[in-house]
Amino acid sequence: MNSLYYQKKLSRNVGDKFFTSLSVFCALIAILPLIFVVTYILIKGGAQITPELFTLEPNPPGDDLDAGGINPALIGTLVITTIASIIAIPVGVGGGIYLAEYSKGGPFSKFIRFGVNVLAGVPSIIAGVFIYALIVSTKILFGSMYSGFAGGMALSILMLPTVIKTTDEGLKLVPNELRYASLGIGASMYTTILKITLPTAFRSIATGVVLGIARAAGETAPLIFTALFSYYYIVGFEDLFYEMGSLAVLIYNFALEPYDAQNKLAWAASFILVISILTVNIFSRIFAAFTEKTKRV
Amino acid sequence: MEEKLILFKNRKRFGIEKNIDIIFKNTTLVLSSLVAIVLFGIILVVFFQSFESFSRYGLNFLVTSEWNPVKDEYGAFTAIYGTLVTSLLSLLITIPLGVGTAIFITEDFVPKFVREIVGSFVELLAAIPSVVLGLWAIFVMEPFFREFFVFLHKFFGWIPLFSSEPAGRNSLLAIIILVVMLLPIVTSIARDSLNQVPKKLRNASYGIGASRWKTIFSVILPAALSGIMAGVLLALGRAMGETMAVTMIIGNSNVFSWSLLSPGYTISSMLANQFGEADGSQVSSLFYAAFVLMILSLVVNIFAQWLVKKFSLKY
Repeated sequence: MNSLYYQKKLSRNVGDKFFTSLSVFCALIAILPLIFVVTYILIKGGAQITPELFTLEPNPPGDDLDAGGINPALIGTLVITTIASIIAIPVGVGGGIYLAEYSKGGPFSKFIRFGVNVLAGVPSIIAGVFIYALIVSTKILFGSMYSGFAGGMALSILMLPTVIKTTDEGLKLVPNELRYASLGIGASMYTTILKITLPTAFRSIATGVVLGIARAAGETAPLIFTALFSYYYIVGFEDLFYEMGSLAVLIYNFALEPYDAQNKLAWAASFILVISILTVNIFSRIFAAFTEKTKRV
Repeated sequence: MEEKLILFKNRKRFGIEKNIDIIFKNTTLVLSSLVAIVLFGIILVVFFQSFESFSRYGLNFLVTSEWNPVKDEYGAFTAIYGTLVTSLLSLLITIPLGVGTAIFITEDFVPKFVREIVGSFVELLAAIPSVVLGLWAIFVMEPFFREFFVFLHKFFGWIPLFSSEPAGRNSLLAIIILVVMLLPIVTSIARDSLNQVPKKLRNASYGIGASRWKTIFSVILPAALSGIMAGVLLALGRAMGETMAVTMIIGNSNVFSWSLLSPGYTISSMLANQFGEADGSQVSSLFYAAFVLMILSLVVNIFAQWLVKKFSLKY
């Protein structure tokens, strides 16, 4: 007679409660690492932030108590990611334009899309191995071996699939009416793409590309034997063709040092790296949510 | 009539504009084929560089664990075993956690904004560079788990996997940090495929009286299975290739051991450790190991893509 009421002790209700709490438990465990990692980096890294950190060279590990700063690594990360972007963005956007605008879904474009996905799955250290074989060991770049330029090329291989994918998908979202209108009033294909479709898709492409750059900035594996590491300031253009430090490799090298001063420097570098990457991520997320809202209206 | 035709002709595009159009199209064509060139370039270069080692050791390279630059003898069994064990075991832990979290995000146990916060937290976790996770693992996670490992060895030492004295850096720590790195991948792909299951399936199941979890287990999860499987395979590929965090915490020892509590090696951590200062036939052997890693991750990735195409939801 009570069968219409919710019965707590019914096995299906008990089972439901159990699995619901299990799923809540999973979610709690899933967000714990981010909270722990970010907290530790804020506390341990934030404590090391001083003005000298941004201006000094790191001291070579030893019994010195003072570890110096991370200026060369900071500049190095900027330089290497810039090189990677200069290579990957034009190639990726161009390739994405072909896939979205020109290709007609034939075997070639299918193959390229497949290749993009496969390239995205290639382990990042393999990109380093490839550039090592191609550029570092052959000394093809003006006789220099390990160089910031080689590091940038290795990173660009990792950025390329992201850029192509976001361009391809961003352009596909542009309504065909815009293209017809432009072609209909006599614009050529390239004018249509450069003046109509690309600007329309600019926001989503830019968001994806910026996220790709942020991801590349934290990559270490492709750099450890292409750009290597350097303790010295980057002063001129020719430094591109010598060993170049980066925040990521600095964290790797100094985390494994037995000295406390170097470990602290690694925490400080992590602080800067994580804060900038998270900021970029959060802002692009807000930006994307904002664009989506305006689109619906 | 004649006059009109001239007018029409005059309004035709200039030759130069046509040429620009063709040049633009062909440039983008070349740029998109660069992807294929780079991909084949990677495969060919790594293969040819490993040729010397391949012809000397053949497939024995895969099953011997001698790695001795002094005697010039190389075998990558320890690293291959480490790669497979760490990635598979971490995946085994990640799958229930990730799918559980994805269910939490897609069901309505809690208000929407809480779920959105959990979702974006998990995605932000993916943005943390792996080298930073490695640093955190060395200085925070390792001391935290130290006592637990001693306990594990004391009471479960009879299982071969826990049979050795816990070392400061070991394979089990690498597995734990891999779980942290794989969780965002599995969760976000599982969430997307759960979201794609049409609402009418859920309503039909509720309509015939199934409870919420009966619906999830018998209707929603099976419908989303192919997407979840593809996500799991992508995560497996990532786990096998993951380098920095694993290298920093696994201990990097080429001595083979069944135990997860002793230091281990993976192919990628071997590359990260030795590539910078290797010479002679060691370089070729490292390229051989890199080739093995690449084939493993290529196979997993291609299988994942095939799975998505073959079994993608068609509603």
